[in-house]
Amino acid sequence: MIKKILRIGILRLLFLLVLALYMAVWLSSPALLQGTLTMFFRILWSILPVLFLVFGIMFISNLLFEPKAISRYLGKGSGIRGWLLATAGGILSTGPIYMWYPLLSDLKSSGMKKSLIAAFLYNRAVKIPMLPVMMYYFGWEFTIILTIYMIIFSVINGIVVEKIGGGE
Amino acid sequence: MNEKIRKSLEKTGNAFKQSMPVLLLVLLLVSLAGTAIPKSFYSLLFTGNIFIDSMIGAFFGSIAAGNPLTSYIIGGELVRQGISLIAVTSFIVAWTTVGIIQLPAEILMLGKRFALARNIVSFFLAVIIAVLTVLTLGMI
Repeated sequence: MIKKILRIGILRLLFLLVLALYMAVWLSSPALLQGTLTMFFRILWSILPVLFLVFGIMFISNLLFEPKAISRYLGKGSGIRGWLLATAGGILSTGPIYMWYPLLSDLKSSGMKKSLIAAFLYNRAVKIPMLPVMMYYFGWEFTIILTIYMIIFSVINGIVVEKIGGGE
Repeated sequence: MNEKIRKSLEKTGNAFKQSMPVLLLVLLLVSLAGTAIPKSFYSLLFTGNIFIDSMIGAFFGSIAAGNPLTSYIIGGELVRQGISLIAVTSFIVAWTTVGIIQLPAEILMLGKRFALARNIVSFFLAVIIAVLTVLTLGMI
């Protein structure tokens, strides 16, 4: 309960800070504010499908999987299957990273390991549809090497994060 | 079955109610950062020293926000301007793996210790991956 009140308090404070920032922008440069709001609505519009996807997956996983099953696939005893699921999930997921926080928070409360959450988030950096653009700018050798390292280091990232950030 | 659907809807609805303010907050910050920081700004940051530049790249990649595509375009432009590939690689890796702007949301939804640990570890890994990538590329 205290945690929830604290969370709401922090959230309100952050909203006030952002509001103050927007007021400052409005006073110093109305054109910048207009550009910012245009961008805000453009991003909001573009992420709506992802929002439906994320909460759709959450609804289905709540409906079909008991926390026990989630724990089996993504929890402590999930082993290599858990790593593969987190890696593939991270690579295949679309939209901005923050759109996936609610689902991961939900899975975490159902028993998903923190190392797998970290690996999922790290693999969000590997975006298959964007690889041709990276190849265009940096060449195919660079793109392949970087992608392989990113996938390998997502596991290292998960293990280290679990070790130092897993005590909550 | 109906009871299961109702329960699942209720749980998802609660998660939605809790998440939306946080997501809106991040969206407001990302939009502001995206318009307030011009793309040309990044080329002014580098010093010519590979080690310092890779840290600078990772630092500014961490505080930048937006589509990874933007980081590739900026990165491509930086390489063309003579900035080292290690610095540019740490910049694009940190852009996609570290999120200072999203950090408040990550803390609220996934826990303070986890979010801080993940972002700090990802920051240093961005530099390590950049060095390894460029070294491996040099061996081919």
